[in-house]
Amino acid sequence: MNRALTIGAVLSGAFALAALVSFIWVPYDVTGVDIGNRLKVPSMAHLLGTDHFGRDIFSMIMVGARTSIAVAVVAVGIGMLIGVPLGLAAAARKGSLMDELIMRGNDLVFAFPSLLIAIMITAVFGASAVNAIIAIGIFNIPVFARLVRGAALSLWTRDYVLAARVSGKGAARISFEHILPNVTNLLIVQGTIQFSLGILAEAGLSYVGLGAQPPTPSWGRMLAESQTMFSFAPHLAIFPGLAILLTVLGLNLMGDGLRDVLDPRLRRARR
Amino acid sequence: MLRFVLKRLLSLVLSLAVASVVIFLFVEVVPGDPAAYMLGMNAQEDTLNALREQLGLNGGLFERYASWVGGMLRGDFGTSYTYRTPVSEMIGERMWISLPLALFALALSTAIAFPAGIWAASKRGSFADVSVMSLTQLGVAIPNFWFAMLMVLVFAINLRWFSAGGFAGWDAGFWAAMKSLTLPAVALALPQASILARVMRSSLLDTLGEDYIRTARAKGLSRRQALWRHALRNALIPVLTIIGLQFSFLMAGAIIIENVFFLPGLGRLVFQSISARDLIVVESVVMLLVFAVIVVNFLVDIAYALVDPRLRVRA
Repeated sequence: MNRALTIGAVLSGAFALAALVSFIWVPYDVTGVDIGNRLKVPSMAHLLGTDHFGRDIFSMIMVGARTSIAVAVVAVGIGMLIGVPLGLAAAARKGSLMDELIMRGNDLVFAFPSLLIAIMITAVFGASAVNAIIAIGIFNIPVFARLVRGAALSLWTRDYVLAARVSGKGAARISFEHILPNVTNLLIVQGTIQFSLGILAEAGLSYVGLGAQPPTPSWGRMLAESQTMFSFAPHLAIFPGLAILLTVLGLNLMGDGLRDVLDPRLRRARR
Repeated sequence: MLRFVLKRLLSLVLSLAVASVVIFLFVEVVPGDPAAYMLGMNAQEDTLNALREQLGLNGGLFERYASWVGGMLRGDFGTSYTYRTPVSEMIGERMWISLPLALFALALSTAIAFPAGIWAASKRGSFADVSVMSLTQLGVAIPNFWFAMLMVLVFAINLRWFSAGGFAGWDAGFWAAMKSLTLPAVALALPQASILARVMRSSLLDTLGEDYIRTARAKGLSRRQALWRHALRNALIPVLTIIGLQFSFLMAGAIIIENVFFLPGLGRLVFQSISARDLIVVESVVMLLVFAVIVVNFLVDIAYALVDPRLRVRA
């Protein structure tokens, strides 16, 4: 068993589990205010302490995992759903006007500093988790389109694709029946990486107030709220940040591990 | 080479044109009338009209686009709705924080990544290699604004070596100004340095496996000599591209980091203008940043082709 994959899967699995469990049970209610218990340091009653409203940090991190994961999953989904067909189409008609348009469009999206445009989108259409998802999703499109086009181009030269063409299959059918199944491994690996980038982006956006809005708990906003208090209550800033770090680290390790397992050819190249 | 440069130049101009249209339309769809926003709810219709006229908000879509782009080409970025000062002046002032910050971060990231990457590659599989790779794995995963907060906690609040935020100003002297940019630059540089160190390492490992390295070793060079004389120069090519790309991450990352440290740079300007619905400032600053990114990438492409003749043909 691949070590990076195991560690990564355990770490990200733990946060996914915390997010799922939070739907049916959290140690403390995260919407209520309990002023008597405010700014408590970590103890047996409150494992990670409480914030300025007396809310339990551990419970908030559990519920916050929900937001982070949901935003990142949908953003990667948008990127794949739009990017993969674009990449397949560009490769199927290599050198055509369509290919040129798709690739130049990709270059253009890449040229925009992604966070800047995400900030613009959320600022123009209002700050919400949905707009954060759209903003992050848009930047996943060229990533997947480029990846799929590159891989598909080499697959198109294979004999089994030639055989499919001889048997009369059209470009669209070949793309979906023969090319797509052969790029899924790549998609899984890249998807994991984009997923972790999505979590970082969501945290950044909610930190500046452009992501999920109160009362939805989110890791980025917990950090923003802690900023005025963390000189005397550092636990407010440390644990949500640690949650982001561990989730992203887990996903990155999982991505590396999956690449090794799913694509043995790359093992030599990466060393 | 000339053909290559011309072709890239054409695509540069096209990208800029499309980017400007996208940004312009984007801001167009924003609901709300800046004139009404500035004058408040009880403004008279004719006052509103006069202000709209003054701000250039009347007239057709195309007309406004043309005057925006035309103005920018002449260095006139319009007038801020809220501050009533020319946007170019505001940008000029804040540029002196954002640009040094980005360059400082880029310098730091390179200064950390090169030795770390080279060291890891030259001692492949050793404890040093494993530590560098683990540290970079952490560096990539850490949210840089959180890292910035932790640094404030340690170096500003506990040790009191740095101030927790704000900018001393270049008038206060070079070192005082650099000091207030140090923590933000380190925070910005950390993830970039991690990525760069990884690229440096894998690129160096790739070149170390080339035949000419074996030839160099066979003619009697030590491993170290072969690495420094032959491998490093060839390994630098992908590293340079990544450095170019990082410029855009640094510009965007600065928006969040400037907010952590209350630095009055371009990022904070965009942010404040968004909250104040000062769209002309948003539009112009975003366009300027995108322009910078596109031009830097263009220059990297050209530099790349100068170093590696194979690329001229391929493009």
